[in-house]
Amino acid sequence: MSEELYANLAIFVLSLLVGFEVMSKIPSTLQTPMMSGANAIHGVVVVGAFAIAAEANNWLLYILVFFAALFAAINVSGGYTVTDRMLGMFDRKPSDKKEADK
Amino acid sequence: MSTLETIASLVYLVSAFCYVIGVHLMRSPKTAKNGNRLSFVGMILAVIMILFQLISSGRVQATAWIVLLAGLLLGIIYGVMRARKVPMTDVPQLVSLFNAVGGGAAAVIGVFDYVTASGHLSLILSIPVVLDVIIGGITFSGSLIATGKLSGKVSGKPINFPGAKVINILVVIAIVIAAFLMISGTENPWYLLLALFASLIFGLLMTLPIGGADMPVVVSLLNAFTGLAVAFAGFVIDNQVLIIAGALVGAAGTILTLQMADAMNRSVANILAGGFGTGDSESSSASDGAPVKVTETSADDIGLQLAYAHNVMIVPGYGLAAAQAQHEVAELAKLLTDNGINVDYAIHPVAGRMPGHMNVLLADVNVPYDQLKQLDDANSMFTNTDVSLVIGANDVTNPLARESGNPISGMPILDVDKSKSVVVIKRSMSTGYAGVQNPLFSLDNTKMFFADAKKGLQDIIASTKEYINQ
Repeated sequence: MSEELYANLAIFVLSLLVGFEVMSKIPSTLQTPMMSGANAIHGVVVVGAFAIAAEANNWLLYILVFFAALFAAINVSGGYTVTDRMLGMFDRKPSDKKEADK
Repeated sequence: MSTLETIASLVYLVSAFCYVIGVHLMRSPKTAKNGNRLSFVGMILAVIMILFQLISSGRVQATAWIVLLAGLLLGIIYGVMRARKVPMTDVPQLVSLFNAVGGGAAAVIGVFDYVTASGHLSLILSIPVVLDVIIGGITFSGSLIATGKLSGKVSGKPINFPGAKVINILVVIAIVIAAFLMISGTENPWYLLLALFASLIFGLLMTLPIGGADMPVVVSLLNAFTGLAVAFAGFVIDNQVLIIAGALVGAAGTILTLQMADAMNRSVANILAGGFGTGDSESSSASDGAPVKVTETSADDIGLQLAYAHNVMIVPGYGLAAAQAQHEVAELAKLLTDNGINVDYAIHPVAGRMPGHMNVLLADVNVPYDQLKQLDDANSMFTNTDVSLVIGANDVTNPLARESGNPISGMPILDVDKSKSVVVIKRSMSTGYAGVQNPLFSLDNTKMFFADAKKGLQDIIASTKEYINQ
């Protein structure tokens, strides 16, 4: 096993442990926003779409780059936007009622 | 390591830090919004860094730039537009759709790497490529079906067909063979296509037999899968930020899935084995034998009851969300509170379509946060409640859950039957997702009002106004 692969594997395992640890009991109120927030984080795959663009040099690869970029961009942009909207519902106080009404 | 690489590594580390702390902050309602924004900052940093790396490498073909930027632009426009416009009731299926494309992107990266590697993909490096393509493929098709089921485009009922088991086994065998061939060293695009298509079909077959009520748990599970697919994509392109963020989501998503399943009193294994009413059908058929006797009531009577009550508890359920009647329920509650009647909402953890979904829906129509009572608080209040107004909720109020031997045994429920009187607004006597009759409906102090939640509430508001103004 190369040193590089070993380092990546170690990072992978440790990140899994961090993920388990950081996610202790959360109130059910926050479960849907949390899922949506986690969904936005794996939108980091957009970085991968950039990375493969460097290697693309024929029409098949260009198509793959296009779809990777399209899919990842939907994931990341939509994911953060909808999570933010959901969480915005929680910090609205009764006194804001008037302004919030359209 | 060149200077640029060093900087890049450090920036990715900061970005990973933002995701971990972001998730941590999202565990409490007070800090959740900032948590999500912190994780967004991490995302922006990572994207700026990779963009900078690409520009300075000078290796990117002009066409590659064009397709990359075109894809990004279209994706961002579509994603932001959908996320801004979606009504809060439809959020679950949108999250599932975003999850599908995330898995799809990870799979595409795996495919890309396999195609470009041509001959120099080492044994050990081909494993992440295979895992990336397979998991990404499964989450892509599985999440799309989940989206369809949640939005009603695909039947919410468990879909089973004869021979499904055999096909499932064949598909799994196909995936294993394709994975083995891809790893064994001889490269052939057909192996890749076989792995990809078999995974797509597997995702389909996995999700179709699961009932709509269990979809939230499935979406959450597929979300965790996508995290893993993204982490493997990180191995494929040797980028640590993908590995960290992907593994983080994979692990955190798994815990979240278990907690959601727990709140619904379902086990993940049971859900995947094929939902309610399929495995244990004898219990549901046993209970819908004799016709149930219920007392019907009218909007006029309900208005009278509400106008003279002191404490009213509103129990909103899926039917309320489906009828988009949040505005009406908030209006009725305001009418009552303005006339000195105490109104609270009893929120079951899984009311709506997902855990916590009802809180979001009610917050959206400006219901004061302190009127939303969670399960335990609400249950301690029912004995003092004059009228419980159950709107489109069923299984979460079913007293059968306290008994053993039926599909909902042991599920935490709202003790609506303990209140002085109960009014149930429901479209028909049909059972909930669990397929069990609800004895609450035939209790002496329960009255049924058969109506669509929105229309029914409008009538009740009108009649309540008359009695209050008298």
